[in-house]
Amino acid sequence: MGESLEVPLSKYLLKLYVTGTSARTSVAIANLQRICEQELEGRYELEIIDVLESPQIAEDEKILATPTLIKQLPPPLRRVIGDLSDKDKVLLGLEVRPAFDNENRDRTRGAPGTEKRGENRERGVS
Amino acid sequence: MTSVTEQVSAKATDPSIEKLPTGITSFDVIAKGGLPKNRTTLVSGTAGSGKTVFAVQFLASGIRDYNENGVFVTFEESASDIRENMKSFGWDLPQWERDGKFAFVDASPDPQIDIIESGNFDLGALLARVENAVKKVKATRVSVDSLGAVFSQFSDQSIVRRELFRIASALKGMGVTAVMTAERTQDYGPVARFGVEEFIADNVMILRNALEDENRRRTIEILKFRGTDHQKGEYPFSIIPKGGMVVIPLSAIQLRQKSSDVRISSGNASLDEMCGGGFFRDSVILVSGATGTGKTLTVTQFLEGGAKNGERCLLLAFEESREQLFRNAIGWGVDFDQMERDGMLRVVCDYPEVVGLEEWLISIQSIIDEFKPNRVALDSLSALERVGTIKAFREFVIGITSFIKQQEITGLFTSTTASLMGGSSITETHISTLTDSIILLRYVEMFGEMKRGITVLKMRGSLHDKRIREFTIDQEGMHLGRPFRNITGILAGTPVQISPSDLERVWGALDSDQGKARRPSVDVADYRGDDRRRSS
Repeated sequence: MGESLEVPLSKYLLKLYVTGTSARTSVAIANLQRICEQELEGRYELEIIDVLESPQIAEDEKILATPTLIKQLPPPLRRVIGDLSDKDKVLLGLEVRPAFDNENRDRTRGAPGTEKRGENRERGVS
Repeated sequence: MTSVTEQVSAKATDPSIEKLPTGITSFDVIAKGGLPKNRTTLVSGTAGSGKTVFAVQFLASGIRDYNENGVFVTFEESASDIRENMKSFGWDLPQWERDGKFAFVDASPDPQIDIIESGNFDLGALLARVENAVKKVKATRVSVDSLGAVFSQFSDQSIVRRELFRIASALKGMGVTAVMTAERTQDYGPVARFGVEEFIADNVMILRNALEDENRRRTIEILKFRGTDHQKGEYPFSIIPKGGMVVIPLSAIQLRQKSSDVRISSGNASLDEMCGGGFFRDSVILVSGATGTGKTLTVTQFLEGGAKNGERCLLLAFEESREQLFRNAIGWGVDFDQMERDGMLRVVCDYPEVVGLEEWLISIQSIIDEFKPNRVALDSLSALERVGTIKAFREFVIGITSFIKQQEITGLFTSTTASLMGGSSITETHISTLTDSIILLRYVEMFGEMKRGITVLKMRGSLHDKRIREFTIDQEGMHLGRPFRNITGILAGTPVQISPSDLERVWGALDSDQGKARRPSVDVADYRGDDRRRSS
């Protein structure tokens, strides 16, 4: 699948399904925005959908858990559920691989801004 | 099995807890009205025990019989699979969906989509979807199938448990009556996996599909309905095409039996005489005998006697083919063909093995409901006995005898004894208490010749002839002759001839009036003469 996507800097279309304005909702939004700024700056679009307001969309998309992050584009479709506090898992879900060269990155803290990376277009072949 | 007193107090339930009739045949009888209204009931069972069928049928009968709409939440099979699978039961889910009476919440896993868990989550979206669907179709019934499948979709079990608890309490708030299914690993063991009974513990039902003696036997048991009454113990049920689940309530149907003292003819005047004037109209008669003693003939006469009297007759034949039966009947001067053309007779002929005993009971009941016969003959119970376990067979006999009596139908069942001479069959020992009358047909060996003997062993509520009489069979049927007076041990299978002088002595010792009145000297002399003639 990865081979067919030769277009560099392809845009990420992300949808985040949340329930109302709970604490978990705000944590998830904050986590996602931070990750996107760090990893996908300028090449993502994020839509936030409240399932309490639009339950039919949740039905059509077969969403069970909130928060659910869906990577609509580029394919393949991927889902990450939870408050997105585990950055590595989010990146795995988005199929954005962090740079290889930062071995001293502190995973447990998930400290923002420690990774320095240019456009990373590497894609896992799923 | 429930006791009589329990059945009588069936109506004594907690008035604060209303029951919602499910519409599932006979389930409402054992549930004493239905499922507790506005509550959630856990339906637990092993794989293949019928959980999904129950969950869908609960909604389908709501729509069909009570105009109550339903929402089905599926975690396991996809909505399209369920739509397809339930067609055979006659439930047109797509049509009901179009009519706005039924809605799916399809929460089945999509194998195409990988889900990665990152941090804490809840099932808020699912709850929102359920609420949305309930609102959309104005549902009062909700089924969730199955809880175990939710656990397998997520790795964090404690979150799932917490969220299911939240959904269960939210359902309560929505004012719906709900059924949630859960898996168990064994038919007899813990109520459910994953400890789900902890949060929906108010009402628990168990479906079983146990393997006994190489036979599958489905049962349903209501473990508890908190604060309200239900019948206890396991009840057999069956899942049939075009009907779904049908529960067989054994104790419930026994309650309403009436008793009639109207006599009907057995089709043989001498036999009627032996029975004290014929069979009772709502009685069940068992005819027992070895192969070839004349059981099918007794059945044939019974049917002919009915048809002559303008009574409709049903013959359930499990031993012989239709052609054989008709040909044999002709041999005894009875025209089944004509009787059928007149609409007086229906013959159901099949191998007992084609379905299980529960299915037989249900299909026999529906045939009786439709044909409305006055007489039902079943030839033979022994053939059905080999289809199921002893327990299932007993339940079948209880079910059919009580059903027949309830309809004020006369039932004649045959049973084959294993040994040629005397003996009793397993069938008899299991059902003799359930039948009102027992007629024994026995071979009697006398002087190197097989003779046939008939006796009325039991005739509930009536005097009857206690003698063992000889009978012969010819092209006109059965002819009852003299009693075997100088023979003893016929029933034990070891007939011994007693000399007339011994017989005189025995009868002489009995100095009661009855004994004198029945002094059989004439018969004995007759017999002796008869035998001498033959042996010379």
